[in-house]
Amino acid sequence: MRFPEALKRLDRRIIFLLIAASVALPLVWKPQFDDHATPIVQAIYDRMESLPAGSRILLALDYGPSTAPELDPMAVALVRHGIRKGHRIALFTLWPDGLGQINKITDDTIRAEFPDKRYGADYVNLGYKAGGGGAINTMMVNLKTMIPADALGALLDSLPMMAETRSLSDFSVIVSLTAGDPGLKEWIQFAGDIGGIPVMGGGTAVVAPELYPYYPQQMVGIMGGLKGASEYESALMLGYPDTERLEMAATVRMGPQVVSHVVIVLLVILGNIGYLLERKKSIRR
Amino acid sequence: MRRNIPLIITFITGMVLILGYFVTRGPLHTLYESFSDYFAIITVFAFILGGGNLIKVHLRRIANRAKDWRYSMVTMVGFTVTLIVGMFKIGAPGGWGAAVVEPESWLQFIFDGIFTPLAATMFALLAFFVASASYRAFRARTKEATILLVAACIILLGRTPIGGWLTGWLPPELSFLDLPNLANWIMAWPNTAGQRAIMIGIALGVVATSLRIIFGIERNYLGRDE
Amino acid sequence: MNRICLLSMVLLVGLWGLFPDATAGQNATAATSWFDTNRLNTFVLVIVLTGVILWFVAAASSGKTFFIRKIAGLETVEEAVGRATEMGKPILYVPGLNDMDDVQTIASMNLLGHLAKIIANYESTLYVPVRRSLVMSAARETVHQSYLSAGRPDAYQEDSIYYVSDEQFAYTASVDGIILREKPAACFYLGSFYAESLILAETGNSVGAMQIAGTAKPPQLPFFVAACDYTLLGEELFAASAYLSKEPRMLGSLKGQDVGKAVAIVFILIGCALKTLEAATGNEAVSRFSEYALWLFK
Repeated sequence: MRFPEALKRLDRRIIFLLIAASVALPLVWKPQFDDHATPIVQAIYDRMESLPAGSRILLALDYGPSTAPELDPMAVALVRHGIRKGHRIALFTLWPDGLGQINKITDDTIRAEFPDKRYGADYVNLGYKAGGGGAINTMMVNLKTMIPADALGALLDSLPMMAETRSLSDFSVIVSLTAGDPGLKEWIQFAGDIGGIPVMGGGTAVVAPELYPYYPQQMVGIMGGLKGASEYESALMLGYPDTERLEMAATVRMGPQVVSHVVIVLLVILGNIGYLLERKKSIRR
Repeated sequence: MRRNIPLIITFITGMVLILGYFVTRGPLHTLYESFSDYFAIITVFAFILGGGNLIKVHLRRIANRAKDWRYSMVTMVGFTVTLIVGMFKIGAPGGWGAAVVEPESWLQFIFDGIFTPLAATMFALLAFFVASASYRAFRARTKEATILLVAACIILLGRTPIGGWLTGWLPPELSFLDLPNLANWIMAWPNTAGQRAIMIGIALGVVATSLRIIFGIERNYLGRDE
Repeated sequence: MNRICLLSMVLLVGLWGLFPDATAGQNATAATSWFDTNRLNTFVLVIVLTGVILWFVAAASSGKTFFIRKIAGLETVEEAVGRATEMGKPILYVPGLNDMDDVQTIASMNLLGHLAKIIANYESTLYVPVRRSLVMSAARETVHQSYLSAGRPDAYQEDSIYYVSDEQFAYTASVDGIILREKPAACFYLGSFYAESLILAETGNSVGAMQIAGTAKPPQLPFFVAACDYTLLGEELFAASAYLSKEPRMLGSLKGQDVGKAVAIVFILIGCALKTLEAATGNEAVSRFSEYALWLFK
């Protein structure tokens, strides 16, 4: 078989093998790449930095386990940053699957890395509420109508950080990490636009392009995919050098992403070489 | 009358939801807030319908030893085990009074050990399919396809640190050709413009379709032919 | 239709009296109005757009014809069904992942109705796996009626439209399994999709199926464009039912939609001109006018 035909008929399983190798091998040899935050991500970091210590932050984990590898690093980085700044974090989700993610972040990050932080005073789990934009709408008017108690059943009035909270307007900023609907777009539309509350967040690489139109007027900033998470981690390591000893998942996972992107680009170029050679041959005929 | 009742219900519901968005109080506002609750309640009952259909279809396949009946067996075993374990909160320290998902419950184990890896695996298939789709689709057949191809390569490289490494040597006057800057420019300008245009078109399409449905011009979804 | 609207308005007013005022008893001051004035601009736009669309619907009813451009994906629907019949293979229809409260799913049901009628005439097999129970009910009713109106009630198989799972990737895995085992000749992906769009489309491509997709989820459009033979982009999905039925009133509503788009284009151009003028001249009057125009759309 001639080269152009071979390229045209390339078995997709060879492509799959190349991708598998390009993802697996970097996980073994762990290449590290320096990264820096682009303005759209730096804006999120700067906003977290600029808030006075003790600010109330609503962190909405609007995703499930399938997109956790991409969005968990963002959640972890934001929690690490927020708690180091002395902010009080309320975890919430509009997705039923998100409950598991909240438990994971609470157990693996907050309790593990900040054992001195007290539940109810420094952080709280507000659980899951159905309704998407409708739920946000209700919380804008009266938070405790929608969420009378936390995920463990304790009344919000009994929790120090939530006792004086009447509505979403009592939060300094809303951060939503989203894999689709409902998510960051609903927070912008119902809380940011209507209530004037600063909204920022992150999304999977697929969802993020849809959110760019909201930046910067309606959204402080956005982390797009693993790259965005990696940029935030690099900003965090720059601002808080003690975090360099911690495992930064997005930075580690950038290795496979870099190699696989290069492999895809090379495959695309190869495919086009084959196509152009074949076209040249048919023109000659 | 049998034809008209669904149309009346559609019209009333549509008008209530549209007008209720602008009304701050009164019965209309109450209705507006209630309808989304009604829908949530109806969908919960609909779970029973779906679950019942699932059981019926797969049990029939198993009973008749139809094609791929063994897969139906796997489905039924998974369905039954998860239902029983979750409903009776087996393994949960708090017993029947425990929360739906308790850290030591069998349901949490099924979620962490089976559901999460399976969902993540399916999602991970995207990486392979993106590569095969890119290899097949990104060909410089036409001018537009070539622009698409070049933009895709810029984004693929610019959204990783390797983009900066490849073009980091460029002098400051040519920094606009730096791959990460080019990638950000494509995302911030042409992509945003295209997304906004598509969003406006979709919004207008939704408005027109909704009006057709509310005013009964479009009735196919009811299974009724004009 | 006019009688139905009138009857509905009477019922609406009657319902108004039945439901209690949930805000009664709260401290409502005299200044609290019934109407949310923050949404006045949206209300005006709704009235104008509705009026325009209904005007064109009325114009179409009175006999006026409108030009609608060809949509490639919809022109090949019958070809796809014919191909499946010749090859003796089934047709797969995926109505998206959302429930009946999503307009895309309703648009997909409308399309399914048209497609089912063609399939009934060609005597092909149709599979419609669904993610939501309500969609299953609606799809069954739609397909049944289509087979009835095509005069082929005996060919209708209720079990070919079935519920799979509410979980996104469980549903995707099941549909992929159907594609790989049944090897459909044509796959239709019409509705609301998320990350599974490329998984479905690539699997369909691997079995050599002809694929027609359509969604109003912008992030999924590039995947369908790359992997499918034809893709309905955004609003084309909503126009599809009108396009296939060629019903004058539905085509009239498409025209009203186009007028709405023209209005949006005009406002975008005005906004661009104002901002450019403001940046170029720094004139205070232009700046104030630009701020006022922005406030109108807040």
